[in-house]
Amino acid sequence: MSTTTKPALASPAPAKARPARTWRGLRGSRTFNFWLFISPFLAGLIIFIYVPIGWSVYLSFFDARFTVTPSKFIGFDNYTYMLTDPKFVHSLGTFTVFAAFIVPTTWAVSLGLALLVNRLRFLRAFFRSVFFLPTACSYVAASLIWKMSLFSGVRFGLMNTVLGWFGIDGIAWLASPSPPWYWLVIVTARLWLQSGFYMILFLAALQNIPAELYEAAAIDGARPGWQTFRHITLPQLRATSTAVILLLLIAAYQAFDEFFNLLDKTTWGRPPLVELYYTALGTEQDYGAGSAGAVILTALIVVVTLFQGKLMGFGRGEDSK
Amino acid sequence: MSAQSNSTWDRRSLLRAAAGLAVAAPLAACGSNNGRGGGSGSGKQLTQMFHAYGEPGVEQAVKRYAAAYKKANVTTQWITSADYESKLFATLLTRNAPDVFEFHPQIQLVKSGQVADLSDIVNPVKDDFNAADITSHTVDGKIYGVRMIDDPQFFFYRPSLFEKAGVKVPETFDELMEAAAKLTTGKTKGVYLGNDLHAIVNPLIWSAGADTLNDKNEIAYHTPAVIEGLKKLRTLFASGHLLLGAPTDFWDPSALSQGLCAIQFCGMWAMPQFQKALGDDLGIFPFPKTVDSGKPSVYNGGWSMFVNAKGDNAEAAKEYVKWLWIDQKQYQEDFATSYGFHIPPRSSIAASATPLKSGLPAQGVKLFNQYGHFDNIGWTQAMIQATWDVIADCVRKNGDPEAALDTCDKTVGRELKKLFG
Repeated sequence: MSTTTKPALASPAPAKARPARTWRGLRGSRTFNFWLFISPFLAGLIIFIYVPIGWSVYLSFFDARFTVTPSKFIGFDNYTYMLTDPKFVHSLGTFTVFAAFIVPTTWAVSLGLALLVNRLRFLRAFFRSVFFLPTACSYVAASLIWKMSLFSGVRFGLMNTVLGWFGIDGIAWLASPSPPWYWLVIVTARLWLQSGFYMILFLAALQNIPAELYEAAAIDGARPGWQTFRHITLPQLRATSTAVILLLLIAAYQAFDEFFNLLDKTTWGRPPLVELYYTALGTEQDYGAGSAGAVILTALIVVVTLFQGKLMGFGRGEDSK
Repeated sequence: MSAQSNSTWDRRSLLRAAAGLAVAAPLAACGSNNGRGGGSGSGKQLTQMFHAYGEPGVEQAVKRYAAAYKKANVTTQWITSADYESKLFATLLTRNAPDVFEFHPQIQLVKSGQVADLSDIVNPVKDDFNAADITSHTVDGKIYGVRMIDDPQFFFYRPSLFEKAGVKVPETFDELMEAAAKLTTGKTKGVYLGNDLHAIVNPLIWSAGADTLNDKNEIAYHTPAVIEGLKKLRTLFASGHLLLGAPTDFWDPSALSQGLCAIQFCGMWAMPQFQKALGDDLGIFPFPKTVDSGKPSVYNGGWSMFVNAKGDNAEAAKEYVKWLWIDQKQYQEDFATSYGFHIPPRSSIAASATPLKSGLPAQGVKLFNQYGHFDNIGWTQAMIQATWDVIADCVRKNGDPEAALDTCDKTVGRELKKLFG
């Protein structure tokens, strides 16, 4: 019996079944990984930032004394109260002046430090660390050192001891607003604490300026020093300067720790956050008015920041170099 | 039976378990660090909140009393922050609010339902308490707190320095200013009233013959005599004879005992520390009258125990307060006299407290009885803050006293309207 055999046609391979999305496969997904890494931070952001902000805005329309779950809607009364409260309005005005002073001063000091450190041939890392270290110090600890050791009002405070060597009577630095010696205490503490951080930003930016620019300028006859600094260094730092000024402005309006600790319960030199602390958490326990004040302060910071961004071209830094 | 276990722990499983623990541990910790564990009693868990007393040994004593209570585990939150009232008020709004806490009688705590009515535990022994203390804790016939200690506040001075400078004990504020001028030397200032002058606000009002609020809960501090007193205080502030910016505040005896000043406003609680540092070279006198129509005054401060009415354990907390501050007389006497000197609010204990019967402590008790003013439950923290602002604005900042009092009136008036309609 003959048997014929047909050549077996290779049957088309069955379409490969789409594999079930296994856990192992899911782990390979870039989208999944993105959410895996982002979600804890997103959850934190929503729970600890956005929900409190939303609740604060909600509270600002209610009479909320001694409670954070209010029931009596009062419309814009809290906003009216805060905007007519001389202490709160005064704190906003005072701190606009404070910001106008501390922002350029810190900018200049931190840029100066960065230029100095950048020029060093030896021990650059050491001095960079020395200037940066105060950033690691707590504002509260620094305030207490300033208040109790350096600027204590009695004869054995460091500054009064130094004054005593020259026959000058001791000064009660923080006790009285006239003359306003308290600003000297606050400004020196703040400069010491924050200049190192901004110095690092400037230092990074300085080290990114191509050396060829200076060489070309030298060939064109630019004198080193002020001329080079003004026409090359400063324009090259524009993007960093804009960011630094933005951060400094926000930090100035968010000032709390050193003012709270140095000027305990005074009516002068009170930044808005300390004023809001006393309104909401302090003696008044008025969470409605405190929330309204927080919304006003946030709006002010946004407006000032946008204005500053517009003025200095925030985001256009790279193009405008 | 296979020797191989089904539960094989490979490297990945271990890593997963470790990651799980790492996530769970902080979450568990979030809910555990509320000061509610570790008591020695049985049954309920209770938490009590105290501000930090300056006298050594008080914290240990408070914890020792709590440990002796057997019907509940009582743990202590010892708040070292200078801002005790802010911390307390904020905590009272949360689930971690203490069941029992010390504070001063203030009507907003009653109106907002934060403190429990303690009439049933106080009424049986009401007659044994200082009548003024009972009044200062009463709203609409109900008693809302148990006074633990009374703290008279007056001036401490060094008689040897007075003698050397030819100064007599001041009976008027003008004499106090003159004495401060004579006692000021290159190293020592004449007088210390605290860094922010807050402690002497009420004595200044009372010594001008005025009061914070009157019987009808209306403003009673805005008088010409108070304005005159404020002007005199400004003169003293600017004279260079007042100690400003001291390392420790008025409640600490260091300014006088370390020779920074010759006269210090302080409380009787610091008397043992003063005596230890200065021996017999120590005297006391009340806040002198600021105007001819005024009279000397002593602020009878103190601390009281309250029960959180909104807590889960209000009844157990009331039992604990009754046990400690009504029944345990030996602890009450120990608390009042073994560390700093305080006057026990219970007449029977005050009468038997040996350390207060002679010498300077006995003089302190005499000033307390003769010139003392007690807390007014209607005078709230917001009103107190408003008067602090008056001192800041017109004494430290040299503003107009009339204008400063007008601003104060607005805040106090708003507060009074909310509380009393």
